[in-house]
Amino acid sequence: MIVEKLTIKNKTGLHARPATLFVETAKKFKSKILVEKEGKKVDAKSLIGILSLGVEQGQDIVIHVEGPDEKEAFEELKRMIDSGLGEGE
Amino acid sequence: MGIVLKGIGIGNKISIGKVFLYNKEKIEFSQEKDELPFEIKIRQLEESIEDVRRELEELYKSIKETFPREAEIFLFHKGILEDEYVIEKIKSYLAEGYSLVYSIERAFNEIKSEFEGMEQELFRERAKDIEDVEERLLKKILNINTSSLSSLPYPCIVVAKDLTPSDTANLDFINLLGFVTEEGSITSHTAILAQAFNIPAVVGVRGIIDQVKKAEEIIIDSGEGLVILNPTEEEKHFYSIKKDEKDKISRELIKFRDLPAITSKGRRIKVFANIGSEKEAEIAINMGAEGIGLFRTEFIFLDRNDPPSEEEQFRIYKRVAEIFKDKPVIIRTLDIGGDKEIPYLKLEKEKNPFLGVRGLRLCLLERELFKVQLRAILRASVFGNIWIMYPMVAIKEEVEEANKILEEVKQEFENEGKTFVRNIKVGIMVEIPSIALSLEEVIDIIDFVSIGSNDLIQYTFAADRTNEKLRYLYIPNHRAVVSLIKNVVDVCHKFGKEVGVCGEIAGDEEYVPLLVDLGVDELSMAPSKIPVIKKKIIEL
Repeated sequence: MIVEKLTIKNKTGLHARPATLFVETAKKFKSKILVEKEGKKVDAKSLIGILSLGVEQGQDIVIHVEGPDEKEAFEELKRMIDSGLGEGE
Repeated sequence: MGIVLKGIGIGNKISIGKVFLYNKEKIEFSQEKDELPFEIKIRQLEESIEDVRRELEELYKSIKETFPREAEIFLFHKGILEDEYVIEKIKSYLAEGYSLVYSIERAFNEIKSEFEGMEQELFRERAKDIEDVEERLLKKILNINTSSLSSLPYPCIVVAKDLTPSDTANLDFINLLGFVTEEGSITSHTAILAQAFNIPAVVGVRGIIDQVKKAEEIIIDSGEGLVILNPTEEEKHFYSIKKDEKDKISRELIKFRDLPAITSKGRRIKVFANIGSEKEAEIAINMGAEGIGLFRTEFIFLDRNDPPSEEEQFRIYKRVAEIFKDKPVIIRTLDIGGDKEIPYLKLEKEKNPFLGVRGLRLCLLERELFKVQLRAILRASVFGNIWIMYPMVAIKEEVEEANKILEEVKQEFENEGKTFVRNIKVGIMVEIPSIALSLEEVIDIIDFVSIGSNDLIQYTFAADRTNEKLRYLYIPNHRAVVSLIKNVVDVCHKFGKEVGVCGEIAGDEEYVPLLVDLGVDELSMAPSKIPVIKKKIIEL
């Protein structure tokens, strides 16, 4: 299991389009992926769940990944977040 | 006699036709429990989700080329639709014996209320998207056709509360005879769209939605701002004659479309168009525009949740530049203020937004936003003849500051080895009396001037133009306004700079002779006005 803290860098946070992209990426993997913010944990494959965290720019989230492809899943999600979830130029 | 309602007419045409009521009203509740077997309800749910999923994918595909940012909303909605968390919630209510409609409503209501309780406005507002998806799903189950303006069932006049850019993303022009909206003003989306496409419209018609439910046929006279519901045979006859006359005039006018506007004294006036989108650029060139005098870029920034990227803006500016080739395209940098809701900008509520942080003032505070726009414009500059125009300038220092930022962007481009037009023309809008009276101070650091007459008049008389009670203070030919315009024209000409007018009066036959007389070089107007104004100038 991988548990790691990441900072959301893109301007609107985990909002409409970036959140959609994030969820779509998570869905590509078999592993169970949870996103945690301030103690609230949601399924990374649920768009409603991700949106309900209300993650804004500069805030931290903790990602929990467990499953057969956990390493790849984590790497890919980290890469997406670091590159600004489609909002970076 | 039919019922007559009055509103603000856009254009000068008549339409007679059947009503198409475009409404987005809420669906009524149905029974809570029913006897249908669980498996059947589950299958119905899954089939409906699949249908809506396909519908959203189709919508996305159909507009992704022309309206990429609106298209993304549909992908977002698809994401909500496919959410297992929602589907499981619905299924759990079905398992308790509740009806399909009730289960969906209950599940969605719970989710919506969770969002409505969120602190951040941006996230709170997503409740509306969730509701949108719910509505689509319910309509599918209840077999209610989602009314769409992209395929109208018959030739008709569309009646709606108000229309947003996404409602009109894919209009069925073949069957569209006109628009009537309950809300809206001369600057609303419907009004601008109607003007650009030369479709008769009457906006701001109070009570139309209630009244129209009893009407099958209506007449709209956009020249008079009238809507007649259930017209009598006599009225239909009268208006069809009036319609023929007007159509004949507009056919004759079309001849002037491609002529240069030269007065009898031999002065050539450039006739340009005001636009707000790529689509309008195509219409403008077809209507005989010799350039774009005002490209309102704010539409790219409104009705969305995050700012448009450099790439997205670049593509739009490039496209318009390509349509106009060597003809000038004057791009006005972002011109918005606190009166607009732009979630990603978090604008402060101001007591007096029209005297607040707006136009260039906002861009000088939101530098990143401004720089992204300037980058997009510079990148597009090599594809045509683009000029940059700053709105809402009050004093010289603001222009100096803006030019400094532009210079920074140019430096960055040079360092990055990007190609762009280094000596791109830069001008200002004159719409505040202070700059109209001190233009000499700034004229040597700009290449051209465009007079924004709507705001110039409003700021001269300190009177809100949209306030009915103050309509008497909208006096374009008052000596106060005339002397301001005269001063601007004189200063420009003394320093060899071009001066245009891009407000409402530039497309108004009544005031065009005055503007030509004052020495204005260019007039910029709604595309549909071009033929009539060219005719007016030629006959001067």
